[in-house]
This record gives sequence, structure tokens and C-alpha cells, in this order.
Amino acid sequence: MTYIPLGYGDLALAALLIGVNAALSIVYRLALGRRLVIAAVRMVVQLLLVGLVLEALFSATSPLLTLCIVLVMVAFAGHEITARQTRPFAGWWTRGIGAGSMMIAGITVTVIALTTQIRPEPWYDPRYAIPLLGMVLGNAMSGVSVGLDRLLSAATRERATIEARLCLGQSFPEAISELRRAAVRSGLIPTINSMSAAGVVFLPGMMTGQILAGVEPAQAVKYQILIMFLIAGGTGLGVVSATVVAARRLTDDRHRLRVDRLISGRESG
Amino acid sequence: MEAPTPNVGEYASTSDDDDGLFRVRALVRPGLASASFALARGVCLVLTGASGSGKTLLLRALADLDPNDGIVTLGGTSRAAIAAPEWRRRVVYVGAEAGWWAACVGDHFIDRAAATPLLAALLLPEAAFDWPVSRLSTGERQRLALARSIALAPEVLLLDEPTSGLDPEAVHAAEALLRRELARGVAIVMVTHDRAQAERLADVRLFMDHGVLAAAEEAAAEGAAADASSAADRRA
Repeated sequence: MTYIPLGYGDLALAALLIGVNAALSIVYRLALGRRLVIAAVRMVVQLLLVGLVLEALFSATSPLLTLCIVLVMVAFAGHEITARQTRPFAGWWTRGIGAGSMMIAGITVTVIALTTQIRPEPWYDPRYAIPLLGMVLGNAMSGVSVGLDRLLSAATRERATIEARLCLGQSFPEAISELRRAAVRSGLIPTINSMSAAGVVFLPGMMTGQILAGVEPAQAVKYQILIMFLIAGGTGLGVVSATVVAARRLTDDRHRLRVDRLISGRESG
Repeated sequence: MEAPTPNVGEYASTSDDDDGLFRVRALVRPGLASASFALARGVCLVLTGASGSGKTLLLRALADLDPNDGIVTLGGTSRAAIAAPEWRRRVVYVGAEAGWWAACVGDHFIDRAAATPLLAALLLPEAAFDWPVSRLSTGERQRLALARSIALAPEVLLLDEPTSGLDPEAVHAAEALLRRELARGVAIVMVTHDRAQAERLADVRLFMDHGVLAAAEEAAAEGAAADASSAADRRA
């Protein structure tokens, strides 16, 4: 295994590309310059910190510390899902649904992979657990965000049609069924698309990373296939559980449509 | 809403010992002061009042579409004892703007055979079942929404401006259909801004003002509504 280490000077050179983007933003008046720079700085700081945390974590191999990091990741994913909603539930519901579905999606899938396929020693070895969970969470989070946003904004937009069905004596699950299906579909389609395009249209990130780090392509591919399955499974579990709970919260025991439980109109980030 | 709660009482019962088909007692919800009334079978209650006074809020609460408190009974059975979907099949709300969830009109009808005579009564051909919803005119939508609701054979109809988008001929047909339903024993609560229509159909008239339900006569006395006195000789 051979890999070429990078120095900070190399990174500074690459950062010039952000400068190009900023210049484009000014020329075309995209008003993105500020956001671009903030995002780039955030990215650098976050990743450097994560590098430090991971170094410490990997050398400790403590189950308790690993669990703490897992919970922090899940909480952040839940927060990110909330931030991506146009019309979230009032109170802690969206956050709860987000974090809960991330927990189900990420943790089940990762634990299964660690205990049956990858089997590191100990099974919770953070060097395997954390990157795996990160990849599953990242993708499941996007799926849940899209699915949830679809469902909640459809409930608002399609209020007249949902209530028309309720008024004709349909139960709430019947009245919302098609919108819920559409929400689940929209949450899963990016994952399906990325599976069908993998290797042809793009080389998946983890595989590329392993190859750059000197792993044989044949081995890197096997890992990537495993990860793709984990991501698909995790996203499916996450999107379905999030939409089931959200659909419940959209109604009450009298089969009403409770859009009053949503926060009204908010600019999507 | 700071106005005292009027007990509008049993206006619509045809006789004193009649228990009433549809009873509403102390119904409250945000935007609505405590509302009470009772309707016997075959009685049409017409509700008037300015836009935004809470007429639609009342109808929606009666259909249990929004959270509300109070005692509502149908044929002596409390609403709480009836599952919500069944309640809404028996006490059908027809909103001012109907929602359509499928592409084709016919998909919104459970029993086409039962609905065919209703279409005819509303001057619509049977072929309307195959029409795409996207091509419907306002008036067609309104009549089809009325037809699909009446097709459920409800005991109470809650109508929110059911003929606002119809031409005079279609209004006449719709009113004839509503009279037929009344004759069958259906009770109707109808919101309308058409004063002539109110006179033609109303057995009882109530007036909504800032969420407070009052007898139309009281409102007339306050000068808020005119010619409520002729309510008695409607429906020749």
C-alpha cells in the first residue's frame, strides 16, 4: 500500500479554485460569494476538527466514547433534516422524527455490517464503525430530508384534496396514502439513481479514496458494493419510518388533517 | 368573541317533542363562540353573515374537520361514539372549493349507478364520469362535488355556498335537488350570500357575526340584515 501524503501548501493551492468561484459570483451577480466563502471555511474547520477527533478516537477504541460520537452524529443528522424542511412540525417533532429515523436507519444497518460482514475486532472498533455510520447517515439523511419535506409540503399544498377525501368518509391513512407513497419514492430515488450510475457515470467516493490510499481496485470495489447496499437499506428504513411517524403526526384520533401542527411558510435554506 | 353566548336554541324542531335529528350544543372552536341549535329531519337552516364571520368555521367544526368542543348528536347518538370517517359520511360537508385527487371525474364516485340520476338532476350528462377533472369549469366542479356528496346518502348536508358559481338554470336545478333531499328527510345547513336563495330554501335562518351565532331576526332588528321577516313564506 502506497499513498502520497498532502501538505497544507497543497491545500492552499487548491483553495484558489474557491477564489475562481467567488470571482464568477461577482461577475454574474450570483450573490453567492459570501455563502461560498463561509461554506468553504466551515468545511475546512469541520474536517480538521473531525481529523483530530478521529485520531483520538481511533487510538482510544473506547466503546463509550464511540457511542458518544455516534449519538452526536445522529443528533446532527436530525438537526440537518429539520433545517431542510420548508414546513416542519412545531416543537421538537421534526427534530425527533429526524433523529429517530437516523437512529433506526444508521445504527441497525451499521451494526449488522459490523457484526456479520466486516467483523473487526472489537466489533465496535471506531476505525470501521464511524466511517461506515457516517456514509449511511449522510445518504439516509438526504433521503429522509427529501421524503419528509415532500410529505409535509404536500399535506399543506394538497389540503383541499385530502380534506375532500376525508369529507367523503375516507380514513386519514386512505386520504394520505398516495402522498405518502410519493414522499417515500422521492426519498429513495436518489439512492436508486446513484446505484445505477455507480461505476459508469461516477466513481463512488469511498472506492476512489481507497484506491488513492493504495488498495487494490478489486478489493475497493467489494467494499463499495457493500456500502451501496448498506446505504440503500438504511435510506429505505429511514425514509419509511420517518414518513410513517410524520403521517401519524399529521392527523389525530378524529382523522383530521392537522396542518396546524406545522410551522407556516418558511424559506427553505 | 367577548359577546355573551347566545343560546339560539331549538329553532328548527318541527314540534316540541321532536328530539331532533341533528343537535348541536355549546360547540366551540377558535374563532367561534359557543353555538347551539337543533335540526329536525327535512329542515333547511340557512346561515348568513359577512365573509370571515365564521360560517365556514362552523360547518368545518360540524363535520369534525378541525378540533372543536361541544356536544353534537345525530339521531340521538353522540358524535364521540361514531368513528370520524363514518361521521363524515353521514354528516357531509361540501366545501366552497372542492378538492379532486384523481385525474378522472368518475374516480371520485364510489357508486356510479347511484350517482347517475344525481348528475341528470344537476343537468350533467352521464358522460361526465369520464371527463378529466382538469377540464372542468367552476360550475361543473361545483355540481359534481354536490353530486358525489349526495351520492353518499348522508343524513345531514353541510353546504358552503353550493351554487355560487352556477348559472341561473343550474341554480334552479341544484335547488330542486336540495328540495328533493329535504323531502327525503335530509337536514341541511347551508351558507349562502344569495338573499333570494336563502328566502327560497330556508326553514330557519341564523346569522353569524364575528363568530357569534344569532337568529336572523335579531340581526335584522340590529339593522345588520334586511328582510328576514319574509323568511316565513319561503319555499312556496
